[in-house]
Amino acid sequence: MAKVIYKLEDDISTDIIYPGRYMATVLPTETPQYAFADIEDLNKMLNDKKAPPNSVIVAGKNFGCGSSREQACSTLKGYELIIVARNFARIFLQNSINLGLQTIVCPDAEASVGDDMEISADKLINKTSGKSFEIIPLPQARQAIIDAGGLIPYTRKRLIEKAGK
Amino acid sequence: MLQTVVQKILARASGKNHVEVGEVLEPRVDLAMSHENAALVLNQFLEIYDGTGIEAKVWDPSKIAIIFDHRVPAESKKTATNQKKIREFVAEQSISKFHDIRGDEMGICHQILPEYGYVRPGYVVVGTDSHTTSHGALGAFSFGIGATEMASVWTLGSILNVEVPATIKVIVNGKFQKYVAPKDLILYLIGKLTAEGANFKVIEFHGDTIKNMDTSGRLTICNMSVEAGATSGIVPSDEETVRYLRDVAGVKDEINLVVPDPDASYDRIIEIDASTLVPQIACPHTVDNVKPVNEVEGLKIEQVVIGSCTNGRLDDLEIAASMLKGKKIAKGTRMLVFPASGNIYREALVRGYLYDLMEAGAVIANPGCGPCLGVHQGALGDGERALSTTNRNFKGRMGNPISEVYLCSPAVAAASALTGVITNPNNGSK
Repeated sequence: MAKVIYKLEDDISTDIIYPGRYMATVLPTETPQYAFADIEDLNKMLNDKKAPPNSVIVAGKNFGCGSSREQACSTLKGYELIIVARNFARIFLQNSINLGLQTIVCPDAEASVGDDMEISADKLINKTSGKSFEIIPLPQARQAIIDAGGLIPYTRKRLIEKAGK
Repeated sequence: MLQTVVQKILARASGKNHVEVGEVLEPRVDLAMSHENAALVLNQFLEIYDGTGIEAKVWDPSKIAIIFDHRVPAESKKTATNQKKIREFVAEQSISKFHDIRGDEMGICHQILPEYGYVRPGYVVVGTDSHTTSHGALGAFSFGIGATEMASVWTLGSILNVEVPATIKVIVNGKFQKYVAPKDLILYLIGKLTAEGANFKVIEFHGDTIKNMDTSGRLTICNMSVEAGATSGIVPSDEETVRYLRDVAGVKDEINLVVPDPDASYDRIIEIDASTLVPQIACPHTVDNVKPVNEVEGLKIEQVVIGSCTNGRLDDLEIAASMLKGKKIAKGTRMLVFPASGNIYREALVRGYLYDLMEAGAVIANPGCGPCLGVHQGALGDGERALSTTNRNFKGRMGNPISEVYLCSPAVAAASALTGVITNPNNGSK
């Protein structure tokens, strides 16, 4: 079960997720402290370890628009958050798949903070309200990267194949 | 079997004659660009090789470009140390397209790539920067990727699992009015498409206005295509592309133009009459919140910024200098100018533009990304408002979540610097 910890509006940019002034910090082990740095209550909740793994943030459309900075994914991956949005900006979505951040495309999701969610391959069930919503699955090509455990192991496998030829 | 320009480019890069929209490919990459975030790419690259027993060598050091621009000169020991690590890696791997912090060759990555002839029509270009869309101005399929994806490209030389995108055709005809520029066109288009309107799609530009637009203007419109969510913007290569590559970039070898089939299939077609456009402005805090400048005229501004990969080129500095020459910037308004490259800086120096701008009260900073992304110089104070020729106005973008950024052309920025309030140059006392 996954609990909704926060709700965000449309067009949440990578500048909101991971402000540019922290971009000199690059390592995935160091980025989580700056997640949503300018949304103080959310940043505090995360840094105070009040969001257990698989906590859900529900957002509107175009989540992750803007910069290609991968810190915007690693900062959320550090808390093993699940991001549910109507849709995601392209680079952010690809970075999430590459790093293994769970992104759920669910155009009609309705949820309030504190609601319990059950997420399967094609459905998001809000256990609190009893309503269920359709999830748009990722294209097969992207699923292959997820199944491999992310782009690093996926590429490593290809590298070994190439070297073996 | 008719194809858009991006379909043709992807087909060639994948060893095919024809590709369909939605098809998944592994195109080979002709140019892979990074800036300071190469520090993260490097980390991920070494992780790919970790435990394999294979020596970590990039696939082709001549096809990798690394350009320091986001925080130059370094603003902190952390950045300086990242830059040092990258320098060592560049030397170790013999990466030749490297632009360090030097007045003779530095600049913003999206200016350096075209200026040095690193991008050619028909290339597949990837960059760890969302504004990599810029290079569509030279007829390349050019798009932004994350650092881990770049590490994968450095390893394999191809980009895995790319879906052939659908294309939106934008046809622009007519002549711009005075003080209306490519920036106004792209802001208008983003307003029309919305910030997600072109997500996962390519915007292909056509029409007389585009045909007559020089590469500088094409770089502006392709640069900001990403603000409508586009994977890339692209102007099919033509005589202007060849002129730019020969005369400006000094390219001597063969240039092969790639154009779309006349009746290629498009996702949608948008027509714009450039002659009716007026100066535009993107209001806080999204780039698609676009209005004619007249609607927000008179708003007080504390900072004006001219520069960035969007509008920091010679023609941008020229128009600003011509409007400010012999005049003074309003008291209470700071004006910061960031030429996009060392070459542009030196040429603007020789032509006297920088003298005129400084004499009017502007501060000229070194080439680089400057205040555009709020990491280095020119942060805003609480409650302050900036008018900027850059490309993003997201909350906090210029270093302070309690400030506002408005986006406009260099002419609107210059006219407003003189009055200290947002001003339409066509309404000024010229």
